[in-house]
Amino acid sequence: MAGAPQTLFDKVWRSHEVSPESADRPAVLYVDLHLIHEVTSPQAFAVLRERGLNVRRPERTLATMDHSTPTLTAQVFGGAPIALDAARRQVRELEANCAAFGVELLGLTHSDRGIVHIIGPELGLTQPGKTIVCGDSHTSTHGALGALAFGIGTTEVGHVLATQCLLQRKPRTLAVNLSGELRAGVTAKDLILAVIGRLGVSGGTGHVIEYRGDTIRALDMDERMTVCNMSIEAGARAGMIAPDETTYRYLEGRPRAPRGEAWERALEAWRALPTDALARFDREVELDAAAVEPMITYGTNPGMAIPIGGAIPQRSGDAAFTQALAYMGLAPGEPIRDQPVNVVFLGSCTNARLSDLRSAARLLRGRRIAPGLRMLVVPGSQQVKRQAEAEGLDRVFLEAGAEWRESGCSMCLGMNGDVVGRGEYAVSTSNRNFEGRQGSGARTLLASPLTAAACAVRGRVTDPRELM
Amino acid sequence: MPLEPFTVLTSRTVVLPGANIDTDQIIPARFLTTTTRAGLGRHLFADWRYRPDGTARSDFVLNRPEAHGCRILVAGRNFGCGSSREHAPWALADYGFRAVISTELADIFSSNCLKNGLLPVTVDEPTSAWLIEHPGAQVTLDVHACTLTLPHGAAVPFPLEAFARHCLLRGLDELDYLLERRNEIETFERRA
Ligand code: SF4
Repeated sequence: MAGAPQTLFDKVWRSHEVSPESADRPAVLYVDLHLIHEVTSPQAFAVLRERGLNVRRPERTLATMDHSTPTLTAQVFGGAPIALDAARRQVRELEANCAAFGVELLGLTHSDRGIVHIIGPELGLTQPGKTIVCGDSHTSTHGALGALAFGIGTTEVGHVLATQCLLQRKPRTLAVNLSGELRAGVTAKDLILAVIGRLGVSGGTGHVIEYRGDTIRALDMDERMTVCNMSIEAGARAGMIAPDETTYRYLEGRPRAPRGEAWERALEAWRALPTDALARFDREVELDAAAVEPMITYGTNPGMAIPIGGAIPQRSGDAAFTQALAYMGLAPGEPIRDQPVNVVFLGSCTNARLSDLRSAARLLRGRRIAPGLRMLVVPGSQQVKRQAEAEGLDRVFLEAGAEWRESGCSMCLGMNGDVVGRGEYAVSTSNRNFEGRQGSGARTLLASPLTAAACAVRGRVTDPRELM
Repeated sequence: MPLEPFTVLTSRTVVLPGANIDTDQIIPARFLTTTTRAGLGRHLFADWRYRPDGTARSDFVLNRPEAHGCRILVAGRNFGCGSSREHAPWALADYGFRAVISTELADIFSSNCLKNGLLPVTVDEPTSAWLIEHPGAQVTLDVHACTLTLPHGAAVPFPLEAFARHCLLRGLDELDYLLERRNEIETFERRA
């Protein structure tokens, strides 16, 4: 059947319409995979209880705990109680809810536990063409494998638990075309910070982004996930990348990926997903990836990013900009280079996969972090942690003077007690530099794992290429 | 669970003019450890409202006497960006707000507002600029007509998705609608 040319997004959306949208009704969209965690699910389970409802498809639902969980080994595996009472309550409540409703839980001590957006792909559950939702805005990460994945609120978590469906208006499409080879020392993190700088923090609102072009094709899966992860920082609920041989190689043999004949059938379906040659996007944006420099943020949203060798912009008469710089304790017109740093955080769903840890370790090997600086390394999942340990990366970090922790969100949002102190400067590989994000009064500078490692060694904002 | 129907709201406004106020400002992550929705209003804008020692900052708008009883928040562009935490609209609603007006509202935040009887209103630049320059102005939001009426009588239209409007006017819960689609969902599952 030769229909009109379609985008990757159109294809995934259409194949999941239980009923299409009309002028007065949104579409009913079927959800293939629902990921849940301890922070945004308790109130949804409470609604099921109040109304006497079940989880419609427990086998399409997977729970883990990551946001408020401790990262100290004794608090995870026993020997010490979870230090924060409230975190302990949330952990226990998720355990009770999963048991009561028959939902599989990768609990606190499970060997496959980790940040929800890291374990989905790692287990092979995240697959091209699927619809995936989670009560978390960085669900966009899963789009790197060609899934339509987006964050939802807790009320919608309840809708999906009860009906496996969501009411949705069809978003518009935005193609971000990236061409050129990334220079040495420039990573996928720098690329996406440059894209956000270009689009602005609300430039993607109402849209699903498809990242396209030879730059994207050359990225490995970990890097593609870093890119899609931060789509929401440009306001886009979802970011997608068409599946290709890189995607299939990554998925083949993963524990929950299809096998044997099912794999062959899946491959055939996946190969039909990429955007058709003549398909139209509602908007298109181009960026020369070869011109991207290592990036760092200086303000209080991810769009406030500059090349690491650059100067902080001047924008007189912009009150929000002035407030952001006052919060950061930085002056307009000044270079960001050599800004003293108190804390370096290597972690989060943006940059805590094995390749991120390798990249930071390569720079740290045989070096020490600056005296007085604190560096926290938090792998994205228990699996990443074990793999890193098998390669001896933990030794590299520990010998450099960093802390090596159990997996979780940790200092990305500071819910579990891993926080940056008031007024301190943290170079973080996470995705949000909002006021107070990493702790009340904390000042966050977002950067790549490579840049973070360089800053840790010097104790100052440093271009990683100087140490490579 | 039926919500209170939302038809017409008349109130004075509180203004937070900054652009890109994110959900971490609306409610910082350390208050997300709750397992219920109730009582989050006291943590609304916690880091702007209180000093580190917990005392109120008298210069923050919500702590000023004229903010008392205001049910409409006027905010700068791209309000509610960032995290999907529904705790943000829960905190706004628990505090007493029933509507948020901006030139642009983040997608997930806007969707979360509608689930909690909080009306997300987007207006053009001139209307927003007027509202920001006139904090405390008494305005009326009419969900049926989809208009914002300013004190001098001008009625400015605002967009509202048809089904969301239908649910607000009648106090309907989207979950009931989805549950009624059971047969279609089953048919879809058999087909897939
Ligand atoms: S690592 Fe940070 S951004 Fe990612 S899911 Fe956890 S808290 Fe959210």
